[in-house]
Amino acid sequence: MNKATRQAYGEVLVELGRERPEIVVLDADLSASTKTNMFAKEFPDRFFNMGVAEQDMIGTAAGLALTGKIPFASTFAVFATGRAWDQIRQTVCYSHTNVKIVASHGGITVGPDGASHQALEDIALMRALPNMTVIVPADAIETKAVIRTIVDHKGPVYVRLGRAKVPTVMPDDYKFSIGRAFVFHMGSDVNIIATGIMVEIAKRAIEILSADGLDVGLINMSTIKPLDEEVLLTAARSAKAIVTAEEHSVIGGLGSAVCEFLSERHPVPIRRMGIQDSFGCSGPAEELLRFHGLTVESMVETVKGMIKS
Amino acid sequence: MDMDIATGEKKKIRDVRILEEIARRVRVKILKMLTKAGSGHTGGSLSATDVAVAIYFSKMDYKPEDPSWEGRDRFILSKGHAAPLLYAIMAEAGYFPPDVLDNLRQIESPLQGHPCCKSLPGVEVSTGSLGQGLSVANGMALGLRLDKNPARVYCILGDGEIQEGQVWEAAMTASHYRLDNLCAVVDNNGLQIDGRVKDVMNIEPVMDKWLSFGWHVIGIDGHNMQEILDALDEAERTKGKPTVIIARTTKGKGVSIFEDRVEYHGVSPKPEELERALKELGDE
Ligand SMILES: Cc1ncc(C[n+]2csc(CCOP(=O)(O)OP(=O)(O)O)c2C)c(N)n1
Ligand SMILES: [Mg+2]
Repeated sequence: MNKATRQAYGEVLVELGRERPEIVVLDADLSASTKTNMFAKEFPDRFFNMGVAEQDMIGTAAGLALTGKIPFASTFAVFATGRAWDQIRQTVCYSHTNVKIVASHGGITVGPDGASHQALEDIALMRALPNMTVIVPADAIETKAVIRTIVDHKGPVYVRLGRAKVPTVMPDDYKFSIGRAFVFHMGSDVNIIATGIMVEIAKRAIEILSADGLDVGLINMSTIKPLDEEVLLTAARSAKAIVTAEEHSVIGGLGSAVCEFLSERHPVPIRRMGIQDSFGCSGPAEELLRFHGLTVESMVETVKGMIKS
Repeated sequence: MDMDIATGEKKKIRDVRILEEIARRVRVKILKMLTKAGSGHTGGSLSATDVAVAIYFSKMDYKPEDPSWEGRDRFILSKGHAAPLLYAIMAEAGYFPPDVLDNLRQIESPLQGHPCCKSLPGVEVSTGSLGQGLSVANGMALGLRLDKNPARVYCILGDGEIQEGQVWEAAMTASHYRLDNLCAVVDNNGLQIDGRVKDVMNIEPVMDKWLSFGWHVIGIDGHNMQEILDALDEAERTKGKPTVIIARTTKGKGVSIFEDRVEYHGVSPKPEELERALKELGDE
């Protein structure tokens, strides 16, 4: 099944809206793209369009949370995290309000809109904030599980969703809990720690690598903060090297988080696949992934390169 | 302070002379805590004192021993640097014993340099980064309305603060959603850090700006207690739109050496200045 994570978000919000009257949703004039328009249609009194005003949206969400509501605030990841960063810092994280920021259009698979609309730094921006939980679901199944889980988590959460349709990678009976990585397989040669759409790409790379007789593991690190340290330690101990993979800058994202942790606790050779400190550009999503080296082929090459050295 | 024994709610004070006396005591507390702390914002705490005292003691419902009581009216000090004012009022209202004021700006003190809701129960939201309080107030007003909770929301902003773009986003929101359970006050003291507001970045015509954003606008002398009470009453009577009170004030009000002096924005009184100030305020 191919479905965009934002589509799954729109659907699960409506389901949750029926169950939980305290859920309210805010958007900043992108509800058709973030799919919060589905909630708006069914619950017009609990949907607040804030216009093109992301800073005000975050503050308003904090105020709603302070009256006991569970606000979901959505817009594109680049605007949610960049335009309203100080508002998230002050009124959400420092004030510890129960605001869920669920942003769509993370990463370069935004495609033709180009760099201005492609968030490649959002994970870094959110991860640096105390009290913030950061989650990047890999597919529609995980998105629904994540959204259902965070409703019952008290405190700030950032969820990054994508624009493009993505294949299903998680099992039907998948249970998500915050801070717990999903281990597809622990390898003895290399372990790949991936997040978001890179999980599916890694899965395909591993098929090729195992045909070559290599034992490569795969871990879906969907919660980037707090990291699943236990799984990371096991992954570092069981294999000779680690490869991280994300549709985000290699500065400040999953790769950084993994390096920060392992360099202190169990140093091993690590390669970070991601956007190499550059902006994105326009183009079809698939071509952009190729352009930035986020493909099955380059992952195979990276893993083999690590084993050689 | 007076309290209804049965409900634990504060009694509301309408007597102008009593309110003025509370304001005098609040100013004394502000000056003493700032001098003790050795740093902090004197001018903007004193300019907003009368308005804030009127809101807390003549208008708001709250229970100091149960700060998160759902029926409480909400107060947001958007100009968070006036924290000493909020703390003095909260001490006066009975949220905590007055000697806690001695810990202003100390390590692990509930009285952080700018209000922190996680450190001090009764502070609704952490402020200090200017321009954000009105958005939060709007969110509260929306949430209260969804719950059919009749509580009201008050928010004090600085006149320099309203140079922040987010304030005008929030101004649009409050009027778009017809938040008549919200009353904002602009502490129009004419000064900010780098000089006079009109020289740094002119905000005039400030009444027209709020009017054109769809607000009910009331201009008053922000140190005339009767005018403040009348304006707050008018705000409560106004339906279908939010109200903003543009309160003409004097920065540093009540202490002649601090009044209308840009230098006293972010400095605390020296001990000898405190002595003089307390004399002027009739507290020796
Ligand atoms: C976003 C932000 N920028 C800058 C500051 C630093 N700052 C603190 S007070 C102030 C001037 C505020 O002037 P005004 O709102 O008129 O306050 P008042 O005169 O009432 O003290 C500034 C620039 C801040 N706290 N927040
Ligand atoms: Mg001012």
